[in-house]
Amino acid sequence: MPNTKTTVPFTGTKEQEAALKEVIAFHKGQPGASMPVLQAAQEIYGYLPEEVQIMVADGLEIPLTEVYGIVSFYSQFVMNPKGKINIAVCMGTACYVVGAGDILDDISEKVCCKAGEITDDGKISVEATRCIGACGLAPVLTINEDVYGKLSRGEIEPVIDSYLAKLAALEAGEA
Amino acid sequence: MNTVTVKINNMEVQCPSTATILEAAKLAGMEIPTLCFLKEINEIGACRICVVEVKGARTLVTACVYPVADGMEIFTNTERVRKSRQMTLELILSNHRKDCLTCVRNQNCELQKLCIDLGVDQIRFADDNLQPEIEASTAHLVRDNSKCVLCRRCVAVCKDDQEVAVIGANERGFATHIGCALGRDLGEVGCVSCGQCIVYCPTGALTERDDTAEVYAALADPTKHVVVGTAPAVRVALGECFGMPIGTNVEGKMVTSLRRLGFDKVFDVAAAADLTVMEEGAEIIDRVTTGAPLPAITSCSPGWVRYCEMYHPEFLPNLSSCKSPQQMFGAMMKTYYAEKMGIDPKDVYVVSIMPCTAKKYEIRRPYQQAIPGLYDIDAVLTTRELGRMIAGAGLLFTDLPDEDFDPAFGVSTGAGYIFGASGGVMEAALRTVVEKVTGKALDQVDFTEVRGIKGLKEASYDLNGQEVKVAVVSGLKNTGDLLTRIKNGEVHYDVIEVMACPGGCVNGGGQPIQTGFVRTFNDLRAIRGAAIYQGEIDDRPIRKAHENPLIQELYETFLGEPGGHLAHELLHTKYQEQSKYPGIEVEQKYGK
Repeated sequence: MPNTKTTVPFTGTKEQEAALKEVIAFHKGQPGASMPVLQAAQEIYGYLPEEVQIMVADGLEIPLTEVYGIVSFYSQFVMNPKGKINIAVCMGTACYVVGAGDILDDISEKVCCKAGEITDDGKISVEATRCIGACGLAPVLTINEDVYGKLSRGEIEPVIDSYLAKLAALEAGEA
Repeated sequence: MNTVTVKINNMEVQCPSTATILEAAKLAGMEIPTLCFLKEINEIGACRICVVEVKGARTLVTACVYPVADGMEIFTNTERVRKSRQMTLELILSNHRKDCLTCVRNQNCELQKLCIDLGVDQIRFADDNLQPEIEASTAHLVRDNSKCVLCRRCVAVCKDDQEVAVIGANERGFATHIGCALGRDLGEVGCVSCGQCIVYCPTGALTERDDTAEVYAALADPTKHVVVGTAPAVRVALGECFGMPIGTNVEGKMVTSLRRLGFDKVFDVAAAADLTVMEEGAEIIDRVTTGAPLPAITSCSPGWVRYCEMYHPEFLPNLSSCKSPQQMFGAMMKTYYAEKMGIDPKDVYVVSIMPCTAKKYEIRRPYQQAIPGLYDIDAVLTTRELGRMIAGAGLLFTDLPDEDFDPAFGVSTGAGYIFGASGGVMEAALRTVVEKVTGKALDQVDFTEVRGIKGLKEASYDLNGQEVKVAVVSGLKNTGDLLTRIKNGEVHYDVIEVMACPGGCVNGGGQPIQTGFVRTFNDLRAIRGAAIYQGEIDDRPIRKAHENPLIQELYETFLGEPGGHLAHELLHTKYQEQSKYPGIEVEQKYGK
């Protein structure tokens, strides 16, 4: 289920809303308007929470069911925001055959959130991606901008811990 | 219309040039099997069950949507066609949870019928791990997606006929499933409970919530006095549950079967409909003469009431404050009848038999308690549930003698009787309102302008020199369009009748289920509706509600005046605006 409902509260701003309304006004009435509007909405907000989907449905005067049908159909649309630590596990064929599925399961278990979801505190999100083009490093994953390749089960846990520690230090410094 | 000649299985057939292969074959006396197809509702050619061979065509074509052309040669029963249909069916069966023996649609299932007709007699692709996927968040409906074949008939009728579009196809590929937006339950979206999705479902994926156990328990309870009332539209459809032709009026057998099921008294909700005419008539006269607020809109259809509350709340002041006939029936049972019989109202258990699933929702609405703390109606059974109870009790329905309703609340006029068809409420009200306002007896009580299956019917009548414009609308798409035009000032009416289901209650979501093929070639709304109007002529010598002796006595001995104080307390209700997206306060969230 890539599109389960997020538990992270919606924090849209007035500016984002104005930008979305402009896009809606531009496309309203066109056949197939929902696709470009949803793409723009995802660019504006980074993801498509239910509040945004309702704004799109009401704005275009189309059923929410139709909007959600599209959002849940295309894997490029996401209903959850990215966490401060975003773990993306490559599920391309090369990675999959050498155990990317197991690694993804391990990660989900450790951080208590499935692929496509975000933890309740908004710190970690997990996603299963298509081939990222680094098959020589299979199985490969990225954490934010960093690449980790040729992984075996058990190696990833300390890596995640190090990110959590860094994040905690950062937040402590801010506070 | 141009006629073309085609050859079907080497037999020459003349058919209109606009026909599809499916229609041409029907003219030639053939049924091409279909699954997803529903004329004018779901013409998507998606399921591939109806494929046929057309000479010169590269692939098999879908008969349901493929138009004929002059000289076309069609083959409906070749080896290639049979193999293709069988394979399609086997693949559909591969992830269909086949608990046929215990399924409510056993022997009335289009998928089962296809398996028999197409000779699919073994399961080659079995998945033994299929689990029920039950969603039962509402008072009226139970969904089990493990039996869904993704034909999208429910989605189409919800969107195109009823306009509420609360269900759709979510996700993709093997994960595709029919459900509500945002993965919510039906109880958390703007569903109006009309149940049209149920009567169009070819399998057991969508069913009404079964309340027969509750009713059986009440019947077995010696402390309960159990009364039952039947809605007008039930008697012209119940026979279909027992293989009788569509449009057979089985009023007498229905009464007999209810009595034999053990109900203490068998009453007619058409009598309560007469009462509704009196109350609504008084309200219409008041509104038309004082001018506020117009149009006055009927409120008998709970699906429509819910739609109005959620989608057009600006019209709530126009909605008649009258309870529906069902609720008036319950209110009279718990007050007038209980008092007359000397029974404590809490021991009177009131069951209503309805062509409607929204009635199951209506009984738990607020402001529906004539006696505070007691629901007016205790349980609602659809026509289908009654059919199952009759079969379960071993009653040979078609052999039953005809009996009459119990007189204490079983006397109804033709006015209450025609409530079951679109236009009936309006016609019944007009018969009383025109006589009351003009003070002259009508020579002609048939207001045929408002009858029939058209989505919108309009007429205007002269009331003592004042022109009164009326509209009758059925189906929520038609209703929504009409309300929008009124709001934009394009049209004006004084009185509007709305029924949520296309064609009115005869085509309600609680009525017996017919296959897509039967529905495509028979207009159930027209046939059952005609049975209602014929039944009125045959069985109801009194045709005006205010001439009903039972209702006259009710006002004289108990209620006082129509629209009077006690009547208002017992027979009227209130409405309130509801959110289409319950639980999400969007405005608040992005307004801050």
